[in-house]
Amino acid sequence: MTALLELENVTARYGPVEALHGVSLTVAEGEIVTVLGANGAGKTTTLRAVSNTVRRDGVVRFDGRVLGRAGPESVAGRGIAHVPEGRGTFAELTVWENLRLGAYSRSGSIKGDFERVLSYFPWIEDRRNQQAGTLSGGEQQMLALARAFMQRPRLLLLDEPSLGLAPVLVTEIFRIIRELNEQEGLTVLVVEQNAHIALQVAQTAYVLEVGRVVLSGPSSELQQHESVRRSYLGY
Amino acid sequence: MTELAQRLGFANRSRRVGTGVSIPVVIILVAAAIFLLVGSLVSPIFAQQTVAGLAQGAIFASLALALVLIYRATEVVNFAQGEMAMATTYFAYQLTLWHLSYWAAFFLALLMGFLLGVVVQVVLIRPVQHSVIAVVIVTVGLFVLIDGLVTWKWGADLKFMPAPFGNQVYHVGSVAFSRQDLGTLVVTIVSVVLLWVLFRFTKLGLAMRAAALRPASAALVGVRVNRMLAIGWGLAAVLGAVAGLMTEPTVFLQPTMMQAVLLYAFAAAVLGGLESPAGAVVGGLALGVFLNLIGQYVGFATSELRLPIAFFVLLVVLLVKPHGLFGRKQVRRV
Amino acid sequence: MSRRLAIAIACFLVAAAVVVLLPFELDGYHEGLAAKVAIFFIAVLGLNILTGYTGQISIGHGAFMAIGGYTTVIMSHDHHTNLLLTLPLAFVIAFGFGVIVGIPALRFSGVYLALVTFAFAVSVPQFALKFSTFLGGSTGIQTATAPGHLWLYVVSWSCAGILFLVAWLVLRGRTGRAFRSIRDSEIAATASGVTLPIYKTLAFGISAAFAGVAGSLFVLATNGFAQPNEFGVFLSLELLVGAAVAGFGSLWGVLVGAIFIALLPTVSADVPLIGSAHGQDVVFGLIVIGVMLLLPTGFAGLLQRLRTLPGIRTAEKEG
Repeated sequence: MTALLELENVTARYGPVEALHGVSLTVAEGEIVTVLGANGAGKTTTLRAVSNTVRRDGVVRFDGRVLGRAGPESVAGRGIAHVPEGRGTFAELTVWENLRLGAYSRSGSIKGDFERVLSYFPWIEDRRNQQAGTLSGGEQQMLALARAFMQRPRLLLLDEPSLGLAPVLVTEIFRIIRELNEQEGLTVLVVEQNAHIALQVAQTAYVLEVGRVVLSGPSSELQQHESVRRSYLGY
Repeated sequence: MTELAQRLGFANRSRRVGTGVSIPVVIILVAAAIFLLVGSLVSPIFAQQTVAGLAQGAIFASLALALVLIYRATEVVNFAQGEMAMATTYFAYQLTLWHLSYWAAFFLALLMGFLLGVVVQVVLIRPVQHSVIAVVIVTVGLFVLIDGLVTWKWGADLKFMPAPFGNQVYHVGSVAFSRQDLGTLVVTIVSVVLLWVLFRFTKLGLAMRAAALRPASAALVGVRVNRMLAIGWGLAAVLGAVAGLMTEPTVFLQPTMMQAVLLYAFAAAVLGGLESPAGAVVGGLALGVFLNLIGQYVGFATSELRLPIAFFVLLVVLLVKPHGLFGRKQVRRV
Repeated sequence: MSRRLAIAIACFLVAAAVVVLLPFELDGYHEGLAAKVAIFFIAVLGLNILTGYTGQISIGHGAFMAIGGYTTVIMSHDHHTNLLLTLPLAFVIAFGFGVIVGIPALRFSGVYLALVTFAFAVSVPQFALKFSTFLGGSTGIQTATAPGHLWLYVVSWSCAGILFLVAWLVLRGRTGRAFRSIRDSEIAATASGVTLPIYKTLAFGISAAFAGVAGSLFVLATNGFAQPNEFGVFLSLELLVGAAVAGFGSLWGVLVGAIFIALLPTVSADVPLIGSAHGQDVVFGLIVIGVMLLLPTGFAGLLQRLRTLPGIRTAEKEG
């Protein structure tokens, strides 16, 4: 499998404070990779480094090409969809308008994409004209996924999709993520605090602590790993 | 999030969900509309003043809408909006001197206005858009600069353009309506509606709305936020140009022609709620009609007091509804 | 005595020395200009207290200047009061108006506050036009006597010095800390026990009082004439430009800001660029824009940046 995304020794900082101290990771095409870690470990920053919404140094390569100084708009154009912390939903706009914006960087008809979105999220049809901010937490998360999917990206960056959701919804969200990966060939990089479900769905996992990768490998291995079990899985 | 905000050059802010239109306000407005209708049917003078007031108000509405457009996107009040409108009107005048017909000059001036707005945003505003006060000062400087340039090129004496609608007066019963007033109403309504269509139904309009509401999220879906801002300034300048061109038949062409209009437009924009385009339009129309009727029927309210009265009304409304008729309290992420 | 205090006093003494010695070098016309700097210094100082230190935007200080100016003129014209006496009177009356405006202003903040003060600035000159019998209308009214250039120079700079000390003392102490805490975070200020309404209104009052005195001197500088169109919107905008060039939240930048707005129109009139009086506007506009593009944080910001340059080791914090 070829590497779709590569981070080589990436550092990132917020003003004078460095948040990532040389992170390297690889996401192969067609994979689901998860990055685990506690609060403040640098998980969100890692995703921001990819979409260039944080000051970074080091090399980020997408599909073999280096993403240089290009801003988040062109990163989106290259085929990377970033669902950020807080989901990036336009609460004041309708569900349909949010989806339409998801497809902003695409030219041509988006009807087909919309049909596909409905096949994964059938409830959207009835709620097209509802203001996105009035949706429930779970629905907003799903809308965020749908919006990202409308972009027809090659790589999906997800920031803590489980945040604030009830367990049954978390399972549902990750089921959909796995479906999107298997049926649409969507490569996913998901950062999570909920290690349990992330390790079940992802093939490869990285563990971040204080801005550095401390552990990495196939998720099946990490699930058995002593310190991972104790720190992140609770047993 | 501050890092991202700094990258994109402006504050990261969260907007309210839903509009600020409340039932009591709607009831009051409907009641006012009924009052105007009844009054117009009863008294011809009342009808004339109402229509004249609506036409005047439509001009306020146009400029107020320009102010609101810019404020929504960048949280800045453009003090130079009136002067930009004035400059564009002078440009149209110059075109008529070069033997273009009025309407050809009109549309070319709109185009020039758009370009002016874009250039101002890119060259003058973008470098300082992280600081609200710096942007305000820049627009103040622009105000003075444009004033000076226009006076230098064309002089301060009155100039006249051909009348766009002629001087005809229509009579309905004993009521006289000037073609100019009706024309002004039509032109401003058409431009506002066209703008509404743009924002509501086109991909570009949606992108512009997204860039104004949540620039960070908009960037992530590929919207070129800075470009949207520039286009926003361009469109605002077009609205200003319409206001200027519709003002010219009444006060004629002089460098100070838009200064009073700008002040009324500020009042109208705040009256309607600075974030609400509908509010700007309603506020402008209401202000125009109100001032005309007060001027007609209240002896004390002579022309010198028009401006203070407008602001007094504004103050009263703000004391009751601090964010304007259609505005709502901004929820900011702490 | 702390090092910072010593430097401050030294600077003040140097400035005072310059001011005292200058008239010996200048002729009447330039003395008038120098007096103008002092006048704007006082006004911008007042504005800075409100906007820079307390964080409440005002585009209405031209109106407070008008109030002070008209007070002086009316007292002199109708009651033949000594010109010097009208100054503290203007201070008090303008303070009162400041409080009156400050109270409804409590309900607003940000752009809305700016526009409310703007409304005030626009309306006040109109009242002078309306009540023309009492206030002189568009032709204005004049004081009983018009002072000479030297008198103006001495009085303006003395007032500037006195009011600067007043401002400095106020801002150093508890009131100043209260003001700054309001600017930084109203929520935190209230939590620390700062009664917002009192301090915010006080800031308005003090700031207006300063502008009032400036307005009195302004009128005296224009031959004792008070006219509505002298106090139009543009004056308030000029003051705001001065405060921005000064940089908000710093007293020392105020002098630079005052020099800027007092002298720039005169300087730009001399530039042979475009020739007429309108060349002055063009140059003024260009320079204002240029300064903002290059120095958005004003002179105070420049000072701040110079202080943090490597090699200048100071442990002082902007207090």
